[in-house]
Amino acid sequence: MSKIHELTKGIIKENPVLFGLLGMCPTLAITTMAINGLGMGLATTFVLVCSNIVISLLKNFIPEQVRLPSFIVIIAGFVTLVSFLMGAYLPQLYESLGLFLSLIVVNCIILGRAEVFASKNRVFTSILDGLGMGIGFTGALIIIGAIREIFGSGKIFGYTLPGNLPTMQIFILPAGGFFVLGVVIAVVNKFASRVPPEKIECGSCPSKGACGVSESD
Amino acid sequence: MKEIMVIIISAILVDNFVLTRFLGVCPFLGVSKRNDSAFGMGIAVTFVMVAATAVTFPIYKFILEPLGLDYLRTMMFILIIALFVQIVEMAIKKKLPPLYKGLGVFLPLITTNCAVLGVTLINIDEGLGFGKAIALSFGAGLGFLLALMLFAGVRTSMQGKDIPKMFKGVPATLIAAAIVSLAFMGFGGIV
Repeated sequence: MSKIHELTKGIIKENPVLFGLLGMCPTLAITTMAINGLGMGLATTFVLVCSNIVISLLKNFIPEQVRLPSFIVIIAGFVTLVSFLMGAYLPQLYESLGLFLSLIVVNCIILGRAEVFASKNRVFTSILDGLGMGIGFTGALIIIGAIREIFGSGKIFGYTLPGNLPTMQIFILPAGGFFVLGVVIAVVNKFASRVPPEKIECGSCPSKGACGVSESD
Repeated sequence: MKEIMVIIISAILVDNFVLTRFLGVCPFLGVSKRNDSAFGMGIAVTFVMVAATAVTFPIYKFILEPLGLDYLRTMMFILIIALFVQIVEMAIKKKLPPLYKGLGVFLPLITTNCAVLGVTLINIDEGLGFGKAIALSFGAGLGFLLALMLFAGVRTSMQGKDIPKMFKGVPATLIAAAIVSLAFMGFGGIV
């Protein structure tokens, strides 16, 4: 039962984007199309699961003081792997994700899960945790991508919608990204009958002490 | 010289790292509530961006590229940045305590700031020369500083306003960011 919980918590209850507000940069940047959201989400999930496995296997061997650099190296290795795979098999997606594929390295969801979960838990639960968080991330990206694509270019997953919808280009421009994410977070919190977070929750960010967000001001 | 100026201006206004390229959004939404911490963060990022470019660029050109190890660059760069930030932190802690008091707290954060890794990778991707790469990093840092300072002002005037309950907090912040980003679209095409 508790194992199932490790998987499902990331999908809804602790969704990294909608409730955790982590990984904002890729969320905003690549969601101009739903398919990009799907690709980015799957790539991140792959890296998340693999790095969770390796980190939880190595948790007893990595000295406390150098754990962040070690985690980053492990994550960067898998990111390189996934960008090779994508470059070879999905060149179009590789092009449209561009820089943000490399920037999975600094996605705070992955580093956060490594720090908070994988370095303290057994392999199997870490896999479930990574998978759940990855699915939650992917889902959020697809929702935001789909909204922006429908309103911005009248398409969904690249297929033109029937009915000749008027398109509002603002939705696929950067400003639309901020706007859609804000509205989606508000609506989701409304339905979950929660109060939207007052500020970005940095609970799992390794550098929370530094950035001053966690200070209540 | 003219080209360098164009690169700097366009990195600040037209291709603003935060508002157009979406790099470094987390600190942008998080830190920028108080003017002084926004300023400190902006200065620290600018410094690290320029320095990280100055370090990673030669390593890429003289070591990775001749040896055909292109694919290691993400891993190399993030390690170099992490190492570099650590060294800078130790150095200014020892030599310049007043500066450390101001900027020190922001330094560890910068390791995971995607704008810093982003700028080093963009420099390579766009095939810039060393001078232009430094100029782009400098402009990117100033753009980050500008966005942070402006947004701190917006956040301050939003305080205590009567916002619908479901939008309170982060959603309202994001929508305000959308409006600031809209304003920056006005700079499109000036360069």
